[in-house]
Amino acid sequence: MSILIDRSSKVLVQGITGRQGGFHAKLMMEYGTDVVGGVTPGKGGEWFEGKPVFDTMRKAVETTNADVSLVTVPARFAADAMMEAADAGVRLVICLTEHIPVSDMMRVVSYCAQKGTRLIGPNCPGVMTPGEAKVGIIPAMVAVPGNVGVVSKSGTLTYEVGFAMKNAGIGNSTIVGIGGDPVIGTTFVEVLEMFENDPETEKVALLGEIGGSAEIVAAEYIKNAMTKPVAAFIAGRSAPPGKRMGHAGAIVDGGEGSAEEKIQALEAAGARVAANPEEIPGLLS
Amino acid sequence: MKLHEYQSKFLFRDFGIPIPEGVVATTADEVQQIAAELSGVVVIKAQVHVGGRGKAGGVKVAKNAEEARACAEEILGMDIKGLRVEKVLVDPGADIDREIYLAITNDRGAGRPLIMASMDGGMDIEELNRERPDAITREHIDPILGLQGFQVTYIASAMGMPRALWRQFGSILRGLYRCYVQSDAELAEINPLVITGEGNLLAVDGKVIIDDNALFRQPGLRAERDASDELESERQAREAGITYIKLDGQIGCMVNGAGLAMTTMDMTKLYGDADGIGPANFLDIGGGATPEQVATALRIILSDSNVKCVLFNIFGGITRCDEVANGILTAYNEVKPDVPMVIRLQGTNAPAGNRIISEARIPNIMSAETLTDAAKMAVAAVKEGA
Repeated sequence: MSILIDRSSKVLVQGITGRQGGFHAKLMMEYGTDVVGGVTPGKGGEWFEGKPVFDTMRKAVETTNADVSLVTVPARFAADAMMEAADAGVRLVICLTEHIPVSDMMRVVSYCAQKGTRLIGPNCPGVMTPGEAKVGIIPAMVAVPGNVGVVSKSGTLTYEVGFAMKNAGIGNSTIVGIGGDPVIGTTFVEVLEMFENDPETEKVALLGEIGGSAEIVAAEYIKNAMTKPVAAFIAGRSAPPGKRMGHAGAIVDGGEGSAEEKIQALEAAGARVAANPEEIPGLLS
Repeated sequence: MKLHEYQSKFLFRDFGIPIPEGVVATTADEVQQIAAELSGVVVIKAQVHVGGRGKAGGVKVAKNAEEARACAEEILGMDIKGLRVEKVLVDPGADIDREIYLAITNDRGAGRPLIMASMDGGMDIEELNRERPDAITREHIDPILGLQGFQVTYIASAMGMPRALWRQFGSILRGLYRCYVQSDAELAEINPLVITGEGNLLAVDGKVIIDDNALFRQPGLRAERDASDELESERQAREAGITYIKLDGQIGCMVNGAGLAMTTMDMTKLYGDADGIGPANFLDIGGGATPEQVATALRIILSDSNVKCVLFNIFGGITRCDEVANGILTAYNEVKPDVPMVIRLQGTNAPAGNRIISEARIPNIMSAETLTDAAKMAVAAVKEGA
């Protein structure tokens, strides 16, 4: 077992005929992901690497029985694409797109909750269950199958830590990039809960950063409900307040969201917090 | 994108919110003329993107046009926290009975708009929140349904707004919500909203921040951008599609990905802080790291004269490290930096990438295997150069 996706997941790619969408759809298929088709309005009836392209998500889900959708469309169309996927009835929507307006995301998150659809992202690298499937852009080479679950706000930092684990002989159950935007679908706590309930996950690595309070809420959960050990790293100790550090959500605002308060909360909850991400494999072995 | 006070208030006016009928000026002559036309007491307010302008002497009250001119001469050109005052707002003086706080912001934790209101306005809301959180009425809005009538009544009632003003207050709150939604604001704040001597509500000061990611559909607001608080290097980076934030350390950082970029900064501070050494910047070069991108980023980093060493930290996932290494060497030959560079490549084809770097035998370039080594080498290079 794993969480969120495995080799039986049937995946649609919204924006499959785009440069990014097509490039990563191919890499996903090479990895073994069951990509059953794609959606690009106006290109229905075409084929992509032997998979059908549809005009609408409704038609695509009806025809393929897909249960997962990956959104790769540009920011100005992404909110609509996510809501279309939720409306079409997929179980899980993963959105890679960066720079989506927050007001759009507030409506999308609310709509997905009404439809009972789980949303991951936006502005995230996606999800990978090593050896089974990947939905998103996480490079195949960063991880091998194993028992450490990873949940992270960032992309390359996750690859870095995953690769360091792999080099230390540690594998991963599932790697989940939840994204660095201020308003996102699935939060740290929800992923921690899934890992806590997943028999194949024995330990968890949490990679957070400055901004917001999701890591503080996660610390509460770790303290009150988690039995599996958690190692953590919080990026942005050296970031000055009031500046947005690349990710739209990575900003210490009005004294809230600093790395120090998150590190303190996680340590108080019993998580082992690394000062340097290269220490994480050591904390997990 | 921050709007100035005058831009915020003129925007409020478009949504039916009453504001003082002020005018913007850039010279003392204009201020004198405006004050003469307004007649009576006027307030001259510096328009700069920093907090605390009042304490810095950027807001002055004048009884007549001559005084207004004298005040304008003092304020225009004044330096407030490193920013030069180029514009002032001349507002007619308001007869203030009570100051109220009213704002709508994105509550990121809840994923919903949040209205905050308090009869104790005028002061800094963060301070009020720390000292007397109960003095603030809070109400979340369903982002799909929008602000409902019963919520307006709840807020007016819970905050203790005098009944006689409920109708006026409701109209202002609805206007502010429409303004927040239609302008894609992250924050739409009236502080203070005052009750005047005649018993009317008036938005005396305002602050609006627009979501940068929504500017593509806000052409009117986009044209209002005043980037005078943005550094030249930050502007160049923004135009090249690179995220760059200048800091005050000595180690220039060039990294792919925001999380890893912050981490790289943190590592320079972790190993350098004891010697007063730290990151000179945040820089996310994005995916690919092509020679052109690397050269542009390198020039931006080196435009900061504090930089004594440049640290590259690139994780090659889909991008191969040998391609990145060649890109860095090409950029090096183009830019010819006179400070040492530490290069750490990890991921796909990292050994090949590192070999390309070491075989180039450039005395100024060192190659590191781990991030820890790279950060320590960069710190040592700064110490040696000092």
